[in-house]
Amino acid sequence: MADVIEVGAARGDAPPPAANAVRRSASAGRTRRATPYLFLAPYLVLFGVFGLLPIVLGVWLSVHQWDFQLPNRPFVGLDNYKQLFSSDSAVYGDWWQSVRATAIFTVLSVPLLVVVPLGLALLLNRSFPGRTFFRAIYFAPYVLGVAVIGLLWRFLLDANLGLVNRILGVVGLPSDTPWVTNMPWAWISLVGVTVWWTSGFNAVIYLAGLQDISPELYEAARMDGANAWQRFRNVTLPGLRPVLLFVITTTVLASANMFGQSFLITQGTPGTETRTVVWFIVEEGLRNNNAGRAAAMSIVFALLLAVVSIANFRLFRYKED
Amino acid sequence: MTTPTPPTTDGSTPGVRRVGLYATLVALALIFLVPLLWMVITSLKTYTAAQQIPPSWLPNPLAGYGYEQILNNSANPVLRWFLNSMLAATLHSALVLVTASMAAYSLARLKFRGRGVTFALIVGTLFIPPTSLIIPNFLIVDQLNWIDTLAVVVVPGAASAFGVFFLRQFFLSLPNELEEAATLDGANQWQIFYKVVLPLSRPALATLAVLSFLTNWNDFLWPIFVLFSPEQLTLPPGLGLLQGSYVTDYPVIMAGAVLASLPVLILFVLAQRHIIQGVSRSGLKG
Repeated sequence: MADVIEVGAARGDAPPPAANAVRRSASAGRTRRATPYLFLAPYLVLFGVFGLLPIVLGVWLSVHQWDFQLPNRPFVGLDNYKQLFSSDSAVYGDWWQSVRATAIFTVLSVPLLVVVPLGLALLLNRSFPGRTFFRAIYFAPYVLGVAVIGLLWRFLLDANLGLVNRILGVVGLPSDTPWVTNMPWAWISLVGVTVWWTSGFNAVIYLAGLQDISPELYEAARMDGANAWQRFRNVTLPGLRPVLLFVITTTVLASANMFGQSFLITQGTPGTETRTVVWFIVEEGLRNNNAGRAAAMSIVFALLLAVVSIANFRLFRYKED
Repeated sequence: MTTPTPPTTDGSTPGVRRVGLYATLVALALIFLVPLLWMVITSLKTYTAAQQIPPSWLPNPLAGYGYEQILNNSANPVLRWFLNSMLAATLHSALVLVTASMAAYSLARLKFRGRGVTFALIVGTLFIPPTSLIIPNFLIVDQLNWIDTLAVVVVPGAASAFGVFFLRQFFLSLPNELEEAATLDGANQWQIFYKVVLPLSRPALATLAVLSFLTNWNDFLWPIFVLFSPEQLTLPPGLGLLQGSYVTDYPVIMAGAVLASLPVLILFVLAQRHIIQGVSRSGLKG
């Protein structure tokens, strides 16, 4: 792929009008050397300002007491970090409450978001008329934003006027469940809505993975007398391992970054039990003007997620042996 | 396009199995569709009809109430939000296409000092959760005086590494011979990029354009903190405001939700292949 440049250079060396050719090839050489950087420049400006600078700035902020409204922003060393871990600080309770909420949501939602889409993908991974149509319908909720989903489900889960309680009433189940205001219903709602909203996304990723598994493997398994479950266990799952690792890792990250659902549907209730880490960080940094402390939280949070992701990779690598 | 799994051999007849399959497919389809239909149905009800218990499945009387409320509303200029969203998502998508395709071309097909490091740096940021950069990014756009302007929802998101990574993979898959032929014809790198590589990459560019548009159109967390004036909002933060002012006046809130859903649902129907392929490819890199 890089040969292109060499081919161009060779052309520049082509003989006649001596002086002219030398000048032309020298300037052409300069242009060619600069070209790759010129192509990169526009993106690198964006990337530098909004991709790299915030990383450096985040670290800088986290060691300062930074209030957007105050002119004085003293260096405080690791104080912002210490506050997150010392139980007598003002922020300790709320911070760990938000970590707890995020952990609960992640632990409850990830298994469902890994398994339900796999079921959908297996269902769609055969040839039948209307296959593309059904795939599109299952994927459709995902193209809507969290604002739409949030408003819609706040309404559907309304204890009195909501469709969910109405339908439950019709089939003879309790029709007065406080879906968005009480525990454990609030978690069930948030997890349920997220599964409804994003399952189609993971299903499409699984489908691509399933189509990469060679049909001959299934044929061979069948010859060996393997039943449907054994074929799933011994052909499908091993064939999906890289895709499964991708799905689990990205889903854990997505769930850990949950914000809109609880902001709009449960609105943090009951109390602040469903206020997640991302919510607490932006509230602390942008509403309460503690940007320094919020930056420290962001870094602790990012490191925590990195540890979880690495653990994921490890777990799967060992399983492969 | 697909390699189907061989049918199961559980002993049931093909006819029975097919009926079971379709029953399952339709039941699942209803779970995904009924909430969306309910949004549309409610948006066409009167306030009183929407408060009725049990609710009626069809809007009776059929009312334009919800839409009238959001279209003639100076406190909640929903049409303005719609236009803002349209403008922001279109400009964002264009910005991503131009910057990411140029960078990806350089990284995939040109040879230069620092290429490996640059690419590693860009890909490395894929592993940093964007939410953890919100606070410092807020500070940056504040310094740029971009708060409460269009630029704040168009530009910063374009620094995402996804587009560059995605297009680079595609460019790497193109055959070298095309460029060699173009070079022999006297084309320079810009001409090769513009006249050879880009036209060949239309499917990948379309996918990236659609995905960028969707992401920007749906973005909620960032705009609610960087846009304030009612006339500057995009639809997602606007919908939050609408919910705040109408509380349980569901026809109005649902009319707003329908308005925010229509463009992306239409885009999904038109560009389904691109969206689904983009998503599947993002998984295969893993």
